[in-house]
Amino acid sequence: MEVTSTAMAGTLESSDCQVTVEPGTGIDLSIESSVINQYGKAIKKTILETLERLEVKDAKVTVVDKGALDCTLKARVEGAVFRASGYTEDAICAGKKLPWGGAIQ
Amino acid sequence: MINAVGRDIPQEIIDATGMKPFAGAFARHNETYTKAAPTVRAIIDPREDKMVGSIAEVLKKCGIKDGMTLSFHHHFREGDYVVNMVMEEVHKMGIKDITICASSLGKAHNPLLPMIEDGTITNIQSSGVRGKIGEAISTGKLKGLAIMRSHGGRVRAIESGDVHIDIAFIGAPTCDKYGNMRANGGKSDCGVLSYAYVDAQYADKVVAITDTLVPYPNLPASISQVNVDYVVEVDEIGNPAKIATGAAKPTTDVRKIMMADYCTQFVINTPYFKDGFSYQTGVGGASIASTISLGKIMKERGIKMGLALGGIAGPMCKLLEEGLIEKIVDTQDFDLTAIQSVATNPNHFEITGSEYANPMNKGAYVNQLDFVILASLEVDVNFNCNVVVGSDGMITGAQGGHPDTAAGAKCTIVIAPLLQGRIPAICDECTAITTPGETVDVVITDYGIAINPRRQDLIECMKGTKLPICTIEELRDKAYAIVGKPEPVKFGDRVVGVIESRDGTIIDVVRQIKDYEWDD
Repeated sequence: MEVTSTAMAGTLESSDCQVTVEPGTGIDLSIESSVINQYGKAIKKTILETLERLEVKDAKVTVVDKGALDCTLKARVEGAVFRASGYTEDAICAGKKLPWGGAIQ
Repeated sequence: MINAVGRDIPQEIIDATGMKPFAGAFARHNETYTKAAPTVRAIIDPREDKMVGSIAEVLKKCGIKDGMTLSFHHHFREGDYVVNMVMEEVHKMGIKDITICASSLGKAHNPLLPMIEDGTITNIQSSGVRGKIGEAISTGKLKGLAIMRSHGGRVRAIESGDVHIDIAFIGAPTCDKYGNMRANGGKSDCGVLSYAYVDAQYADKVVAITDTLVPYPNLPASISQVNVDYVVEVDEIGNPAKIATGAAKPTTDVRKIMMADYCTQFVINTPYFKDGFSYQTGVGGASIASTISLGKIMKERGIKMGLALGGIAGPMCKLLEEGLIEKIVDTQDFDLTAIQSVATNPNHFEITGSEYANPMNKGAYVNQLDFVILASLEVDVNFNCNVVVGSDGMITGAQGGHPDTAAGAKCTIVIAPLLQGRIPAICDECTAITTPGETVDVVITDYGIAINPRRQDLIECMKGTKLPICTIEELRDKAYAIVGKPEPVKFGDRVVGVIESRDGTIIDVVRQIKDYEWDD
């Protein structure tokens, strides 16, 4: 998936995370988390796996986590990546429709 | 050296403090010792005036100098002005290397931070710390060691001479010109002065600080004139709105209400639930809710509580008024209802911190508890509890009476929601240990109840009930299945704090926090 613009998903509420995706070269990931000491590695692994699954090769990804569960992290990364790649619910071009049940798990 | 709860206590800390590693909750039973004593200046001449014009002046009269130990009480909770008021004057005088020996410190004491950074304060002994002081200790800004003691453990430390107080500053809601202090009838009432009593008895110099000077004699006095050197009148000793809140609304959080109901069902299915039983609970949402639901069942079955102990809040006082409790024995008041109750109800008594929880007197009230209901940040699979260090490694809580009541009660129940955000409350290993698992009998979570395998009798009692009993390992597994297994927090090498067991041994140490480092 090609990141063409800057987009965001998620909030800074407790148990959520805010993911910002911008165009970039290679994967440039920065993570801030209220539970970094206990879950830093797990968060990084989930984010990188999700980006890989979405076939994102070039992007600057910023995650500000407030103790989100894995499922939330995945959903927020998916949300930000699709928004940053021009995918929408009501896209005219069929190729840009959000792939519910496909890449969105 | 590995202590009795499996924590590695560094030899250099054992050498530096002269303290021994924790050897079991009752290891020092039967030990004999000689108590410490203060150095007293006799006031024979009746013309001597104890009234002193200012904090600065009283500090001079008390001979303030570098390296002294100053003590304070925490009955004003987050509304306390006394600690900051005194320490500001100490700071202005350029005094260094002070040890603060407080019954507890909170966010109200954030203004001490610069004094920690510039070496005015180099050691802190407290039930615990929150806010900026906790961060300062955890990040290594305090030059000496922080010692965290339980309420009972602090009394023991003072009485046995482990710590000697040079000057005690006691905030008194009312006081007369000769030093008789009471906790009621003033502008900043706190109900009781339980934790300050030992300071008055064992400090060399005792200073009463009040904002309400009353006619002599101020009786019945919580702290008597015979222990008081000086009296200082100031404008305000605290913020009444933060000392005691109005009646807390009962929680509407269904998770807490469910845990409270589990707790009440557990209590009534033990053999200890009979007329005259004794009970203590905290002031968290679930604890308050359990007091209310227990009250209903007591009324239905005609069972009265003989003794309600410890920190007191409104719902307990209501049960006293309804005749469901014989006596409340109080060491701290959390709301206005409790403050009014101790001032007016003849069956609501104030006791000292020693009477409450000192493990090395000739028997404290906690030893007579049937039930105590506690909270905990973390509980490990051996039932050890942590109430002082956050799961991120930062010091952010207080022992309070947790280890004292757990050791004393016949049935110690810890209520903890299984998850707080992503952090599991039930884990393989606590970040720090404050209360040994041998004194904890039951853990109640929103996902099930685990009974300590040491208590086969309680396990037997719960057969036939509808309570969701499981093992503590099952609770841990449920938590990890949702949030993942946490990595252990990585600390630096320097020990910044000692968690003292109530008997004066080292149950755990706290190390300096380290910035998170990615492996690659």
